[in-house]
Amino acid sequence: MSRKIYTILSIVLIGAFALAACGTAATSAPTQPPAQPAATQPPAPTAAPAATNTVASKPVTINWWHISTADPGLSFWQGLASQYMAAHPNVTINITVLENEAFKTKLTTVLQSGNPPDIFQSWGGGDMNSQVQAGMLQDITPALDADNGAWRNTFGAGALSVYAYQGKNYGVPWDMGMVGFWYNKDLFTKAGITDTPTTWTDFLTDVKKLKAAGITPIALGEGDKWPGMHIWMYLATRIGGEPAFDAAYSRKGSFTDPPFVQAFQKLQDLIALQPFQPGYLSATHDDMEGYFGNGKAAMELTGQWGPSVETADSADKKGVANLGFFNFPAVEGGVGKNTDVAGGGNGFAIGKNAPPEAIDFVKFLTSAANEAQMAKLGMGIPPVVGAESGLTDPNMLAVKQNVANATYFQLYYDQYLPPAMGSALNDSVQTIFAGTATPQQAAQAIEDSAKQNLK
Amino acid sequence: MEAVQAGRDIPEPHQQPRSPRRTRDHLTIALFLAPAFILFLIFLVYPIFSSIYFSLFNWNGMGAAVDFVGLDNFKQILADKIFMRAVGDCFLIVVLSLIVQLPLALALAIMVGRDLPGRAFFRAIFFMPYVLSEVITAIIWLGLFSADPSRGLINALLILIPGIQPQGFLSDIHQVLLCVFVVLSWKYFGLHMLLYMAGLQNIPKEIEEAALIDGANRWQLTTHITVPLLSSTIRTTIYLSVLGSLTQFTLVWIMTKGGPVSASEFMATYMYRFGFVRFMLGYGSAVALVMLLICLAFSVIYLRLAGQPDYLGGI
Repeated sequence: MSRKIYTILSIVLIGAFALAACGTAATSAPTQPPAQPAATQPPAPTAAPAATNTVASKPVTINWWHISTADPGLSFWQGLASQYMAAHPNVTINITVLENEAFKTKLTTVLQSGNPPDIFQSWGGGDMNSQVQAGMLQDITPALDADNGAWRNTFGAGALSVYAYQGKNYGVPWDMGMVGFWYNKDLFTKAGITDTPTTWTDFLTDVKKLKAAGITPIALGEGDKWPGMHIWMYLATRIGGEPAFDAAYSRKGSFTDPPFVQAFQKLQDLIALQPFQPGYLSATHDDMEGYFGNGKAAMELTGQWGPSVETADSADKKGVANLGFFNFPAVEGGVGKNTDVAGGGNGFAIGKNAPPEAIDFVKFLTSAANEAQMAKLGMGIPPVVGAESGLTDPNMLAVKQNVANATYFQLYYDQYLPPAMGSALNDSVQTIFAGTATPQQAAQAIEDSAKQNLK
Repeated sequence: MEAVQAGRDIPEPHQQPRSPRRTRDHLTIALFLAPAFILFLIFLVYPIFSSIYFSLFNWNGMGAAVDFVGLDNFKQILADKIFMRAVGDCFLIVVLSLIVQLPLALALAIMVGRDLPGRAFFRAIFFMPYVLSEVITAIIWLGLFSADPSRGLINALLILIPGIQPQGFLSDIHQVLLCVFVVLSWKYFGLHMLLYMAGLQNIPKEIEEAALIDGANRWQLTTHITVPLLSSTIRTTIYLSVLGSLTQFTLVWIMTKGGPVSASEFMATYMYRFGFVRFMLGYGSAVALVMLLICLAFSVIYLRLAGQPDYLGGI
């Protein structure tokens, strides 16, 4: 008798295992997280009572992944989601907050299973293009163009184009800025520097002055590779300008062309002065922001997020008291202008299975009023017309001005290029910092990857 | 030999008529094996074959794999200096483990397994690192190894010694691999020590006493009695240690990401870098297969040379 029970039990067990296995193989969506942050929000009523909207409210769930792991961003996004859910009782927004690197890994996993979130963080460029090629994103051009382009016209054209591929839009920007030097005015004064440098020679002189005053000139997180890549990218942009990069990208030229090799040589000149904090070669971007935020280094080269992140990463959560911003200095004899900028921003891409409500919600997120609020919190530079009012910080206004007046706007190289090449490029720049490759070898490594990935 | 044959002979008479009871027994065995076996097929056998398939493509993981490249991925791996460096690093760690970590574990096992005062205390202390998860271990040591003396304990202590500069440790391409080895040893010597201690318990006291009566000193006792009798345990630990070093990933990735500039690259971090950072999944699959072949080759050769590790007797 008991034997029979065991036999039946084991059959049931096996069946359960087999079914579970089939289940994962077929739908392969075990990675959809139970949306941990949703716990902090009041559960949205699914059965809509007397709804404010006249539209028949079928319950809709929107999965939203963003990477603002710390305040002010974390509660700002949460607040907007709650507002939207209150106004649309049929909509439930599941927010998943992920740290930058974890987000990239996790997103790739769900993309491979063909099940992207409805709304997720995007930087546009090569990464987004490969998602489009795989059919993972939704073409939102019709939504942008509806009502004679009412929504489209709220964006700066340049910023919106970062999220377009072959004339179609797959996402929208909520922040568009640039990379430049953020500096600690007090430390500059202490080292006897009265004016910010405008040429590379001046810049190197200032670095020496800071060193002489016993101050670490530059904080750098080269363990993450892209922070150091920004220095090389700017040098290449200043030396070769738009023509050099366009030639190399379109394969009419090459990444071993003189401007790129010279940029590595200039970078070596800087590294030879030992301007970085100890252990910078394995430091992360957050280490770098913390070091700068604690007032231990005079400068950092980073994007518009610099002020908010250095504050969040500083020990006292106050950050640098007297913060300034200056454009990357010009390189003598270079083709690039001082007003050429490199940078990028943050946006939201729309997943292929997103319901129309998701697009409506993104429209709400990027409305002028909300973008102005976002800017006021110092989270970024709004690329939306009419949101400038939120920018009160003179540094942020300077960044906004620079982006608006840019003679040439280059999305970060590692973001603009296909993912495999962007990563190879970052690796190559790190070899220069570590002194394990010559400028020619580093440029050649980038060119090798370009041959494979740019066709 | 005879015993084995005898053992095989015993059930013979019962087997002659295939009784329904026997068939049922087989069925029960099959049923109980099935869950594990199905999982094994899905999570081990199937991925290996799909890796073989994808390794022949240039594929970024999105959409179907269509760009067939044949064996190009493998050619590229074997021509890549960084992969060769990763293999070299792995084998360096293997060698260091064998000549430093295991003898240390053995020495400690002999000490705490015997007459050291407070040995229970030491045993617990030595085994503690092994209980920690790899992630936590890595994060603890990241802090200890910080290049900034105001944050890293080791550098904070070092600069107390006059004339010594703070060291780069994980940010120094010449020191990083050694640092990783220190952490790996710290984490895993406790496991090996425990295995040796278990092995020591199996050595009959009489043999050691006989040797002592014959006038053997401590050293002779250890080299001529203890170690030879521990040989099956030692073979097992060597096997575990080598395979562990060859496939090491978590600790290294969290501490150094294989860097700076591949100075602490292991085969597994190399695979991850290409598979999941650069999203060259075809190439990554090929790397995984090369890793599999290296580990398989080691296993086969080692088992041939050293004989089957006597797991049950050893542990």
